[in-house]
Amino acid sequence: MNPYVVLRVVSKLLIPIIFLFGFYVHFHGEYSPGGGFSAGVVLGVGVILYALIFGMEAARKAVPPWWARIGMAMGAFIFAGVGFVSMFMGGNFLGYTALDPNGTYLGQHIGIIAVEFGVLMSVTAVIIAIFYAFAGRERAGGTAED
Amino acid sequence: MNGAEITQLFDYLFMVMLLFIGLAIIRLQNLFAVVMLTGVYSLIAAAWFVSLSAADVAITEAAVGAGISTVLLLAAMLLTSGKAKPTTAFRHWAALVVMTAAGAAVFYALGDLPIYGAADSPANTGVGMDYITRTPEEINIPNVVTAVLASYRGFDTMGEVFVVFAAGVGVALLLNLSGRGKREEDN
Repeated sequence: MNPYVVLRVVSKLLIPIIFLFGFYVHFHGEYSPGGGFSAGVVLGVGVILYALIFGMEAARKAVPPWWARIGMAMGAFIFAGVGFVSMFMGGNFLGYTALDPNGTYLGQHIGIIAVEFGVLMSVTAVIIAIFYAFAGRERAGGTAED
Repeated sequence: MNGAEITQLFDYLFMVMLLFIGLAIIRLQNLFAVVMLTGVYSLIAAAWFVSLSAADVAITEAAVGAGISTVLLLAAMLLTSGKAKPTTAFRHWAALVVMTAAGAAVFYALGDLPIYGAADSPANTGVGMDYITRTPEEINIPNVVTAVLASYRGFDTMGEVFVVFAAGVGVALLLNLSGRGKREEDN
């Protein structure tokens, strides 16, 4: 737990806004700059800020390391899965138009949203996993700050 | 002075700032200051991308370069000493020779590049124009960058996600993801 009250209070206010902004960057990616990659980083940073202020134990309780492990694989799996689903529905690999039987824009929209969700999941999980891996280490000859 | 000239002035300003930050990073021995300056470097690079109208790149550069890599470098710095070892004079000269050669090659190639903002540059005439005209008809979303990233070049993006996944798995295997558990046996 960080001893500075100002940091604790400010980050408590900021972390929900960071998450909201992350989801905004993700779900508004069709209309404005952004998408799965940048949104995933923003979400990961929210968790890291929480870990820095409230300690690794609290962060591990909020986002267990196995979430990060599974999220990494699930994100990549979802992306490739969308490709295979569109292939089985009669299109090319990652040819989203096949996802809608009527062949309208809907197929493209579904495909892009699903694929971006996979990107979001993978990037968020990888960032959290890398941070946990670094922060969980002990300094040579000393103790880590968690 | 019109708007294009003002943004071009901003571009030069940002480039000069990046140059000086780069020089400061080379000169400094204190790793904490170096990590902070690399964050500042990324933030200025992001501002430069905005001035170049590359908002998608800018948002990623700000989030990844200034945000996450600074935090990760700080976390990595906790595991080592706070100061860089002074490099020998020989390595300085060797680096200078290599950089001079590479810089000379870049300046030699500079003449072949299209003029800044030229309408007939390859980026504006070839496949890029094609994406801009076809996105409203085929995909019907306003952000062409997302259309290219997720749909037209979906295969590339899948490769990127796999690279990110591989990086995560690599770090997890090297540094023990749970951060605890096996530590007693390790030491």
